[in-house]
Amino acid sequence: MNGDDFSLLSVIIAVLGGAIRVGTPFIFVSLGECLTEKSGRINLGLEGNLVMGAMAGYAISYLSGSPWLGVLVAGLSGAALGLLHAYLCQQPRVNDIAVGIALMILGTGLAFYMGKSFIQPQAPRLGSFSLGSWSDIPALRAALEINVLFIVGIILTPAMAWFFKYSRWGLIVRTVGESTDAALASGFNINAVRMLSTMAGGFLAGVGGSFLSLYYPGSWNEGLSSGQGLMAVALVIFARWNPVNCFYASLLFGGAAALGPALQSVGVTSGYYLFNAAPYVLTLAIMVSTSSNNRVLTGIPGDLVNPGR
Amino acid sequence: MTIPSPYLLEALIIRKVFDDFVALDDVSLKLARGSFHALLGENGAGKSTLVKCIMGYYHPDGGNILLDNKEVSINNPRDAHNLGIGMVYQHFTLIPNMTVAENLILARPHLPAMIDWKSELAELETRMATMPFKVPLQSNINTLSAGEKQKVEIIKQLLLDSRLLILDEPTSVLTPNEADEVLGQIKGMVDDNGLSVLIITHKFREVTGFADEVTVLRRGKYVGSCKVAGTETKTMAAMMMGSEVIAEPLARAETKQNETLLEIDQLSAESSSGETAIESLSLNVRAGEIVGIAGVSGNGQRELVEVLAGQRDIANGSIRLHGETFDATRRQARLHNLHCLPEEPLKNACVPNMSVAENMAFNNFDIPPYALKGLLINRGRIRERARTLITQFKVRTETEDTRIGALSGGNVQRAVLARELSGDIDVLVVANPVFGLDFKAVEEIHNRIMAARNNGTAVLLVSEDLDELLELSDCIHVISGGKLVYQTTPSEADRSVIGQHMAGH
Repeated sequence: MNGDDFSLLSVIIAVLGGAIRVGTPFIFVSLGECLTEKSGRINLGLEGNLVMGAMAGYAISYLSGSPWLGVLVAGLSGAALGLLHAYLCQQPRVNDIAVGIALMILGTGLAFYMGKSFIQPQAPRLGSFSLGSWSDIPALRAALEINVLFIVGIILTPAMAWFFKYSRWGLIVRTVGESTDAALASGFNINAVRMLSTMAGGFLAGVGGSFLSLYYPGSWNEGLSSGQGLMAVALVIFARWNPVNCFYASLLFGGAAALGPALQSVGVTSGYYLFNAAPYVLTLAIMVSTSSNNRVLTGIPGDLVNPGR
Repeated sequence: MTIPSPYLLEALIIRKVFDDFVALDDVSLKLARGSFHALLGENGAGKSTLVKCIMGYYHPDGGNILLDNKEVSINNPRDAHNLGIGMVYQHFTLIPNMTVAENLILARPHLPAMIDWKSELAELETRMATMPFKVPLQSNINTLSAGEKQKVEIIKQLLLDSRLLILDEPTSVLTPNEADEVLGQIKGMVDDNGLSVLIITHKFREVTGFADEVTVLRRGKYVGSCKVAGTETKTMAAMMMGSEVIAEPLARAETKQNETLLEIDQLSAESSSGETAIESLSLNVRAGEIVGIAGVSGNGQRELVEVLAGQRDIANGSIRLHGETFDATRRQARLHNLHCLPEEPLKNACVPNMSVAENMAFNNFDIPPYALKGLLINRGRIRERARTLITQFKVRTETEDTRIGALSGGNVQRAVLARELSGDIDVLVVANPVFGLDFKAVEEIHNRIMAARNNGTAVLLVSEDLDELLELSDCIHVISGGKLVYQTTPSEADRSVIGQHMAGH
């Protein structure tokens, strides 16, 4: 009886820890996608940015010995892919979904190609804070091993919400995303705004990727990402294009992803692969339950509903 | 010493060519300082193109623009704003997902890097006190009525201290009372504050009631300009129409009103945001009558038409055609000869990138003689029929293969009307059929609807234009908050009573 209680507690702790650990890259990718979509463009290529960022971050960390330089370069590699996406999309009669898929394949392919020689070596990893030292439950201490990037995510979330409401640039991004007509009438340069938003979004996705290779799981290999970049697109819809909701949704997805390993750790091995599919099932369930024949998604940027140009 | 020019704005010999279509053929316009100037012309006369050239939306292929007698180059709307020219567009440029205050702040030429909402709101409140009308600053735009949105658009321009305000058909979404109120307040600012106004319109009532001067365009050419005082409406109409004749209104014929063709029974439906849009609405339309539905936009009209067109699910209740339950399938619509002309047909009933002929064939491309065995499509027949309809309904298009999205609003309306009014029609649902059209097109479309009624069609006419309803309907219902709240007939109708019910009192 007592043992059952204990294992339930361990599962909860493991899921909680997983929510933070697995959820962190989701936070960055979804905030990045949120920013890009707020400007009226969908970047499906963020999966490419993520994998590219993971590779670049790891490689630079290995070569320079500084994981933080790795994070920066990972972001820059993402911004570069974002720039390419934005540049291609602003050509006449180019569809952002198609470009996104092409760049997703390009990004991952390029990362695999350039990252071949970094699969073996051990690069310096990002550090973390141990917030669980007060406890003597090892599982809880492990769960409360908080990476700095998660803290950055905590700060970034309200900062982005503030940006959309209280800053000139935020209002401009929203205007461009809501109505190209209104943006033109106000004299905003639509392409420039979207390019910067896509680059900034790409930067964040790259940083999210570096978390994968430099902290958890913490090495570079070709099976590193399991579609976080793509799931982030669904996550942004679930979050109704609201940065704060993106944060919570990321934790939810992270928790779902941690469910399989958590159950395994307490000895529930049957259906391990089924539980591992939890985030994907969650994605599907969310997409189905939030779609309606009769309703328009609340909060969706207007230009994604009725593209102006 | 130079004599100051009496003109604030002169657009001289402006030429604008789209592909090989000459939209403006050396058109000139001179606007006196502190005047209310009307730009009159029928559909496709080039009015909007001209003001868009002035605003820097389009770059003219020839001609000059002079402001205060100095030539200016306006490359984009921002340049125009900097010169003190503001424009209210025909279609709202407000952002629905933002508040009124956010929309107003956005219009400012120099947004602060960080927005201190507390002080901004306080400042807006003070400036609002000097404005001709009030709007709720904290409300989201998508909760406002069309009239309120139009007021926000105008206030947005006035807050920018525009010297010249250009209004593109500003009253097409307003009720008559709202239109008079808005134009009256603007006229007051012209007289008292020295504002200059250029208004695009095709309504003579607005020209004679408010304008000082008028410039008339026809088919991309300058026809003339004159003072409004002392010019008869007939003269202006002649300038606007040229040699074209306007159809006489078609008389209401006696019809045997017997069989009820359309029955709406306790119908409820949700809006796109998930709220109840129609609540237990019941209504009958008999053969050979036009039942009108009056109301301020956003009271469930759109959802009602969408349910009838099969574009929205029924939450509760039922619809019966010829006494049989209608489940909005293509087969049933065809069986009962139900036809729909929704509002904004280009958006709601057309595929803009398909040709006029293809759009005209939506109802019957899959049945003989246009489809062979339900698989192959006989394009020749479809185009042939389109050519007949184009002539019959006077759709102005280059060929039947032209993209329908390239047509002007009135011609899209005619094309869709041609599609929906050809063949047998038992039930016709029409929503705001003349929105934004000039009076020649209006008369023509009204006559088509009346002709359908006289031939025994049951017509449901949903309109925000009370004049249209009073002219066409046999019976008028008022819709408010998704319910029918009042019923009358045109002969007994009292506008103020209808207005009160529209406003929900």
